Amino acid sequence: MKDKKWDLIIRPHARWLDLNLKEVWRYRDLIGQFVRRDIVAVYKQTLLGPVWFVVQPILTTVVFTFVFGSLAGLGPKDVPAVLFYMAGIIPWNYFNECLMKTSSTFTGNASIYGKVYFPRLVIPFSVVISNLAKFAVQLVLLIAVWLYYYFQGNYQFNINAYLLLLPVVIVIMAGLGLSMGILISSLTTKYRDLSFLVAFGVELLKFASTLVFPLFLIKNETYRMVIWANPMTSVIETFRYALMGKGAEMNLLALSYSAGFMVVVFFLAALLFNRVEKSFMDTV
Amino acid sequence: MQPIVIQAEDISKQYRLGLLSGKTLSEDVKRFLYRMAGKPDPLAFVGAENDRTVASADRYVWALKNINFEVRQGEVMGIIGRNGAGKSTLLKILSRVTTPTTGEIRIKGKIASLLEVGTGFHPELTGRENVFLNGAILGMSKAEIKRKFDEIVQFSGVARYIDTPVKRYSSGMYVRLAFAVAAHLEPEILVIDEVLAVGDTEFQKKCLGKIKEVAGGGRTVLFVSHNMGAVSDICDRAIMIEKGNITSEGIADAVIREYVNSTMKTDLTSHDSLKDAQFRRGSGQVRISALSMHKRGSDEELNEFDYRSDVSFNLTFRIYEPVSELYFLLALRSSLSREMVTATERIRIPVEGKTGEIQFNITLPALNLSPGVYETYYWLGSSKQEMPYDVIDNMTAPLVIRVPENESALQTGYFQLDYKTEL
Repeated sequence: MKDKKWDLIIRPHARWLDLNLKEVWRYRDLIGQFVRRDIVAVYKQTLLGPVWFVVQPILTTVVFTFVFGSLAGLGPKDVPAVLFYMAGIIPWNYFNECLMKTSSTFTGNASIYGKVYFPRLVIPFSVVISNLAKFAVQLVLLIAVWLYYYFQGNYQFNINAYLLLLPVVIVIMAGLGLSMGILISSLTTKYRDLSFLVAFGVELLKFASTLVFPLFLIKNETYRMVIWANPMTSVIETFRYALMGKGAEMNLLALSYSAGFMVVVFFLAALLFNRVEKSFMDTV
Repeated sequence: MQPIVIQAEDISKQYRLGLLSGKTLSEDVKRFLYRMAGKPDPLAFVGAENDRTVASADRYVWALKNINFEVRQGEVMGIIGRNGAGKSTLLKILSRVTTPTTGEIRIKGKIASLLEVGTGFHPELTGRENVFLNGAILGMSKAEIKRKFDEIVQFSGVARYIDTPVKRYSSGMYVRLAFAVAAHLEPEILVIDEVLAVGDTEFQKKCLGKIKEVAGGGRTVLFVSHNMGAVSDICDRAIMIEKGNITSEGIADAVIREYVNSTMKTDLTSHDSLKDAQFRRGSGQVRISALSMHKRGSDEELNEFDYRSDVSFNLTFRIYEPVSELYFLLALRSSLSREMVTATERIRIPVEGKTGEIQFNITLPALNLSPGVYETYYWLGSSKQEMPYDVIDNMTAPLVIRVPENESALQTGYFQLDYKTEL
């Protein structure tokens, strides 16, 4: 009998390149429902609800400004320290949460995956999107802080065309969080060892970026390269530069590197994910 | 003839036993090297058959081995078998939750499976929100759920609580809502696993009715259940899986009968349990201390009888405390649905004031019971509405009526009607 006659053929092994993004698109309503669940369920039975989205970046900014800015004297020179840190913390948190949540895609959703079939990529995609809502709320906070300093008049911001790059930067950081997350998730279904490293590794990665100190403090070229090699560095730097026009280094080459890094990791991760998703239920 | 919509060819599934650690990495490496060299997987073809009761040194097991079957459009097929026989593994493969180790299943049409109701229900979300979430997980579009929403709520019978978080639901309400969503799926092929074991009797009936409705509507259904009554009621055809193999296939009732016969304890030593009278139902003034089934006039203890033969029961009653009256009743239960099929009237036994043992014989002449397995039920009590003295319900060997050898016609129902014909 010819294969054409059949709508679905269940076989032992998937082909390596069988991503089926079309099917993910067909399940877009499910992505919508998962996004809704993630956003709505977290703040049920709280009085302040989504206000909690901004509490965490505010507190982190306060601590960073005090510890790294005032105590350690690592603060920026001609831009407000609060704005400097917040402009780093918000994209970093987004990346961090996407990565942490998608990295447990298989182990954390085994109970759903084990009972119903839907394209497995739906869940990591929905994580990235639902975190985007949180990110948007935090962005509003950032803009409010920016407006405060702008009208206060103590600092001069150079408004520049790089502001238009922000959507690209957001796509890059979302892509980085997603790709690295599903890569880790695929690698940890059978051997959990790596999952112990993840939280710890991300924490280290944080200090190999410009999150806690401005880049101009690093004079050694080798160290600078190490910091630029972190794909999140250019994301943070572009964020800051686009907002303030100074206090950060705009480096298009580094940004292209991050974009390239994201694409490569995404395909690698998607291939592996696709390979693992078919039978991970037996080993998870 | 309707076209084939599911075609399973040589489906096998191998699982690794024990913990997945330690040696697995080296085995993975070995597998990878063999694959690179173009040789077959060195570890895939060891492994014993799937028998959970027997310990084995093999670290691999075939949960399914070379399963072949076909399902035609509109057919309702039951899949039966004991726990661990491989039914759920087959459903998991059909639902694409996992892949087979070998073989291929070809499917025509949109397939949806219900291995569980309420998958993905989030306790913090309201009933309404969960209907949309669960519906989407099962593959419905938002528009489709919106269209069917009122119907779903009405079917579930929890309209009043639809805007309350489901964590406040009683477990019954929760399951009702969950099933209601699932019941409104409209795939061309539906795979259902045991979801009926939920809710109260009324709701179970409603669920069964809904499945029947789906099945009657020309859709193809694969139905896995331990409820033989339901399988017999719904399915046209059935397959029986034992230790990972299909051991019987055909008309549902015939396969079920075979399954029931294979699972019933026909061990006559189970009568020994009567000696332990302490933990039985009943007040214990009088106990049945021994019982056996015989052919009339024979001493040999049996429990399998020919179709339309006499069955004789020898019982011993032991009276511990004198009672004013003693009645005896014998009933037969269906081993499919456990309902009482038939019973004798309450037979009065004259014992006033006596103690000690009484021998009692009761013979049922030429039973026209259909071939099959019947659980036995013995009752001792008084005519008043008080606690019976003793009840023995399916504790002893069942009554088995053999299929007559020269009989090819299928017998349905519990009794064969006597009839006269004229030309």
